[in-house]
Amino acid sequence: MALDIAPKRLPVPEQSAEERIKNFNDVVIGYSIEEAVAESARCLQCKNAPCIKGCPVSIDIPGFLKAIKEKDLEKSWDIISKYTNLPAVCGRVCPQEKQCEGVCTVGRIKGYEPVSIGKMERFIADWKAEHGSKVAPKVPEQTKGNVAVVGSGPSSLTVAGDLAKMGYKVTVYEALHAAGGVLMYGIPEFRLPKAIVRREIENIKALGVKIETNVAVGRSVTIEELQSHFDAVYIATGAGTPHFMGVPGTSLNGVYSASEYLTRINLMHGYEFPKYDTPTKESEKVVVVGGGNVAMDAARSALRLGAKSVQVVYRRSLEELPARIEEYHHAVEEGVVFNWLTNPVEYVGSETGNIVGVKCIRMELGEPDASGRRRPQEIKGSEFTIEADTIIEAIGQGPNKVLLSAFPELKLNKKGYIDADPETGQADPEWVFAGGDIVTGAATVILAMGAGKKAAEAIDKYITEKKAAGK
Amino acid sequence: MYKIISKKLVVPKEFDVWVEAPRVARHVKPGQFVIIRTNPQGERVPLTVADYDREKGLIRMIFQTVGKTTAEFADMNVGDCLTDILGPLGTPSEIKNYGTVLMVGGGVGIAALFPIIRALKEAGNKVYTILGGRTKDLVIMKEECEKYSDELLITTDDGSAGKKGVVTDAMVELAERGVKIDQSWAIGPSIMMKFASLKAKELDIPMFVSLNPIMIDGTGMCGGCRVTIHDQIRFACVDGPEFDGWGVNWNEFMNRMRQYKDEEKMSLEKYKAEMGEE
Repeated sequence: MALDIAPKRLPVPEQSAEERIKNFNDVVIGYSIEEAVAESARCLQCKNAPCIKGCPVSIDIPGFLKAIKEKDLEKSWDIISKYTNLPAVCGRVCPQEKQCEGVCTVGRIKGYEPVSIGKMERFIADWKAEHGSKVAPKVPEQTKGNVAVVGSGPSSLTVAGDLAKMGYKVTVYEALHAAGGVLMYGIPEFRLPKAIVRREIENIKALGVKIETNVAVGRSVTIEELQSHFDAVYIATGAGTPHFMGVPGTSLNGVYSASEYLTRINLMHGYEFPKYDTPTKESEKVVVVGGGNVAMDAARSALRLGAKSVQVVYRRSLEELPARIEEYHHAVEEGVVFNWLTNPVEYVGSETGNIVGVKCIRMELGEPDASGRRRPQEIKGSEFTIEADTIIEAIGQGPNKVLLSAFPELKLNKKGYIDADPETGQADPEWVFAGGDIVTGAATVILAMGAGKKAAEAIDKYITEKKAAGK
Repeated sequence: MYKIISKKLVVPKEFDVWVEAPRVARHVKPGQFVIIRTNPQGERVPLTVADYDREKGLIRMIFQTVGKTTAEFADMNVGDCLTDILGPLGTPSEIKNYGTVLMVGGGVGIAALFPIIRALKEAGNKVYTILGGRTKDLVIMKEECEKYSDELLITTDDGSAGKKGVVTDAMVELAERGVKIDQSWAIGPSIMMKFASLKAKELDIPMFVSLNPIMIDGTGMCGGCRVTIHDQIRFACVDGPEFDGWGVNWNEFMNRMRQYKDEEKMSLEKYKAEMGEE
């Protein structure tokens, strides 16, 4: 098949590895208008558009790409913003290789790469913020009902924005002092600049959504108060409680959960201490445990804080690495060293209680486990020690207990997450809806947004029917 | 929001403030704390709620200046606003009629102990209270604690008030008098809580202590405040701050408190220089 398009995607300008490890700025610089127009011309405008089905919030991808190709950027923005409230975020952090770009028709042709959909989404959102018209969005009068949203991460922001557009009065309660959830405290500045998160949140507030920070629902506001003031509640408090492996030495000084390490840096600006008051420790030799995106973020942050060496230990191999492949490549370019098939068994401390090394054991892959991945098993007698003054554990998170313990009537599943209908997000009791990581366990930003999208429709239906029935 | 309504110096370096925080005031219970931030570049620090006025929407905090943030809080005036207050946080004290309780407080920890004393008295307990300090002036809230105690004993290191000695001496004195204690609390400096717990174990008295490790979010999200209790890792911000004093790994706890000593010192010195002090 001869196609009249470039087989390779247009490379995206990036900061060089040597330069970027000295700063926390966005690694990817992004397309210029000319580059975006050229890349959008690679879209075949497929009738069946598999990319739309690959996107959890079903953005009209051929539509917004066509508008870019025609240089009608306002139109492109209008199309995209119908489907998503967080395009600058998703364009940056979605694992597109497993979603829209993974099913792109162009990418399925031998020798061709898929269209750079994520980078184009990011381009149009950034263009709109810098150059687009600043007319306030038209929002209907908010008279259809009152909805409370608990948590202000991506799932919550999606529900809030969508319900406001439908005519609901929405109040978002956030426990931390800044809205955005994992977008603010978890994902680092160099992957997702916080100014961009704040900008997208301002766009959602412009729809009439009220965001109240410093409110821990379950403690600052009771469940009874929620029920009496609102027609429905959406709970998206995430999976924010860090797990520890529990090996000996876990409480030595210098051992962190990735959640703590990243919160100090991202939310509290620890990398700007003492201009900001929250300190981070200077490290020379850092070991990160785990292989997900959180592990990549922690490792790359440690380099930027000046660590001389950063090693990742992961109990499986590259093939099973759950992190985004782009982030793994970035980490390698920046000098992060990977120890495959390796697991810590003990953190070794000095007499003064500081970490000095991590004793590890080599692993081999056995039979596939319930998840279908080959189960790592220890190789007896293969222990060795890596010197380290800082350990960061990034082995996963569980549901946050503050709200759940205050709400014993709420039905949970066996794993302790909220038991909600996968299609509607409706939970038990029926006035409660839930979505994102508090239902699925730790997953991705876009899946949390997809859940929010479905829940917004279900909440609208629930309240409309309830009011019609005169309740 | 979070406006400072009143502020007074209780003893050198210890301040007693009432602040507007209606949501906290409405729901707070004895034993709970808040996380505050003084300014938009500020850090998040935990402070115990010493008292509250639900109708007026006010909470009371008594704190000692130990580092940059508390120094900055101390330099704020009536009418100034804290940037953030989140709370109430933590699991409340278990208030019920135990029979006879012993309440041990030291230093600024007395402020945290006070609402628990009051609630236990109101729940019908016979209350013995021991307050300790280095010198007479450092034993705060004597009258308030006395009001809700059946007997109040004071100990000072230098003998300037009450009995010369430390709080554990007064614990022994009560035991020797044959006072039978059903449950006790100790809140104060780590070293005091450690020795009070060891003494309580020796005297076979169950004892709660209120731990004050380094915290960041205060909502169970990071594990920075983790402590080892009976060989199990617990997060003080959500599982505590009160734990069984017999089970605390005190050496680990005190070691973790020292983690940022150098950074804390540097931050305080920088602040003082900016303020033209010393």
